[in-house]
Amino acid sequence: MKFVWFNLMPWPYLPDDFREKNRSVWVDIDSKLFDPVKSHEVYNTYLDLLEYAATLGFDAIGANEHHQNGYGLMPSPNLIAAALARRTEDIALLVLGASIALYNPPVRVAEEFAMLDCITGGRLVAGFPVGTSMDTNYCYGQIPALTREKYREAHDLIMRAWHEREPFAFNGRYTKLRYVNIWPRPIQQPHPPIHIPGGGSIETYDFCIDNTYSYSYLSFTGYLRAKALLAGYWERVAERNADSSPFRAGFAQTICVADTDEDAERLYSKHVSYFYNRCLHVYPGFADAPGYRTIKTIQKGVLSQYAPLSGFQDLTWKDLVEGGHIIAGSPETVRQRMEDLIEGLHVGHIFCLLHVGDMPADKCMHSTKLFAEKVMPKLRSRFADFGEDGRFWCKPLAKRVRAGSLPSQPELRELAGKDA
Amino acid sequence: MELKTVRTKHVPVQYFEGGEGEPLVFLHGAGGLDLEQNFLNGLAKDFHVYAPLIPGYGESEECGELRDMLDFTLHTWDVIGEIGIEDPILVGYSMGGMIASEMAAIAPNDVSRLALIAPAGLWLDEHPIPDLFSVMPFELPKYLFHDEAAGAKAIGANIQLTDPAFLQTFLVRNARQLGAAGKILFPIPYRGLAERLYRIKAKTLLIWGESDKLVPPVYARAFQSAIPHAELVLIPEAGHMVAFEKTAEVLAAIARVFDEEYVATTR
Repeated sequence: MKFVWFNLMPWPYLPDDFREKNRSVWVDIDSKLFDPVKSHEVYNTYLDLLEYAATLGFDAIGANEHHQNGYGLMPSPNLIAAALARRTEDIALLVLGASIALYNPPVRVAEEFAMLDCITGGRLVAGFPVGTSMDTNYCYGQIPALTREKYREAHDLIMRAWHEREPFAFNGRYTKLRYVNIWPRPIQQPHPPIHIPGGGSIETYDFCIDNTYSYSYLSFTGYLRAKALLAGYWERVAERNADSSPFRAGFAQTICVADTDEDAERLYSKHVSYFYNRCLHVYPGFADAPGYRTIKTIQKGVLSQYAPLSGFQDLTWKDLVEGGHIIAGSPETVRQRMEDLIEGLHVGHIFCLLHVGDMPADKCMHSTKLFAEKVMPKLRSRFADFGEDGRFWCKPLAKRVRAGSLPSQPELRELAGKDA
Repeated sequence: MELKTVRTKHVPVQYFEGGEGEPLVFLHGAGGLDLEQNFLNGLAKDFHVYAPLIPGYGESEECGELRDMLDFTLHTWDVIGEIGIEDPILVGYSMGGMIASEMAAIAPNDVSRLALIAPAGLWLDEHPIPDLFSVMPFELPKYLFHDEAAGAKAIGANIQLTDPAFLQTFLVRNARQLGAAGKILFPIPYRGLAERLYRIKAKTLLIWGESDKLVPPVYARAFQSAIPHAELVLIPEAGHMVAFEKTAEVLAAIARVFDEEYVATTR
């Protein structure tokens, strides 16, 4: 099993009447709600929490990309990963990921991921999301019906840039480059492992299976509702005669751990409610631009998770726990639920959303520590038969340099003496 | 009107055909032809009407090869060529008006006359056009109609979003239609038309609802000043769906400006 500690980086100061007074947390959210001075502390606390998680035995810490979004303060995941690259030593960095269709030209992603891989000594796990409709279409203006074609072209360009060792010309429909010749190049050859976040489109299943990329389902509605979707994925894996390694898949799950079930509710319900009732307040008109999803996917009945017919409103702690949106409770409760999740979905990567909503640092650390010490070790051996499936995880250099390894003052003095 | 199919290089295209007289090609807006049937029947009293469905609408198959404005423009000329229409009158509504304008600009000698009904295609920073793509179905009437209640009733008959089976059909239809429309309208319905309107040679009639809240009448004046021979007819108590709300008035304006006598005296 691989456990990734994830923080969406929500803005923690959305007002109590946010839902009543604002139509959306995303795209056209009121910019006056963002306070740059407060964000200084918010960002640094969130980075501290990622670094804290890195000390507790997680396999990776992660960053993702959202735009104009009150629950995701990372328009540039690569900046966050760069900050973490220098402050961590052994843990993998999972960037899930850079929305490759939004970079112009997309070789920018090939370059930045290569830089991250070089700086971290090969600790990068890369992600290539198509991006949500809110981000890709409404915030970044991509034409919905052409988004996937542009994404595929960006992917092909990046892959060629990583694979080919001579400068080449790329005559794409969306990008034309006379000299593709990226510098630097990644340590992990030919490229870091790739994870692809998806929301149930069949095209993305096939894309992952055909390219040996790990498929990640990043939902907020929990593992019970994800069963049908991941079952569809595994059926497709079987149909295409691929092996059933659980590392072909990942799943994001909101998790809250306390000493007892009652403590979990007492400590975290407020913050969980903040997330589900404020942060997910997305105007349904932004959820799914017409043409963004393919006809095949809609016909299969996969609707956007951002526009549930019933909405997320008024979900109580009990609703969220019993409905499996969140896994919360004592370490033993959480362990049982996590086993259900892992078995039920057959997933080898868990993106642990252990920071939720406006959760303060101390509660987040408490929950994270309990998970790392009392839950994670008991789940570690799941899927031991599949071993370390190196196709989906990074392979760092055995010998890596540490930050701050410049020559010491005496060494400098010695040098000066020799030269003198 | 009869529903027929013509084969283009890329996909089969459906079109309505009816009436007798001069050939007139009607190009529909982003909403399709659902509410335009009375208007088409009215046109067919004076003209030989052809109303093709853009790929993605009705049974016209979606077409991956149509990506940008030039593709849509040439595609529609291809449809006209395959049907065998020569020297047509082009009438375009909203998105169809944008396509008709481009067609008349790219092939100025092949269009007999041009009628643009509340066309899309221009963008004025001081008068941003509302984002049709993020509007919820129940919000549409206030952008489309002068009489919102009557408009809501007209389109509401087709929308029952609480029924999951209906919802799926609706979503598929919406994805096909607006997915195609988005290629030339998303996120800003402008693809450089302002730089090409000067090429239009055809006598042009602009028809606008005075209370159009989607493409407000200030755009009528922008089109009028950019097209060399353009006359503007503003219709009171009509919104963006002017041909639906004021069918008789729109037909009368077209008849007045495009009838044979008029043509005889101006040619």
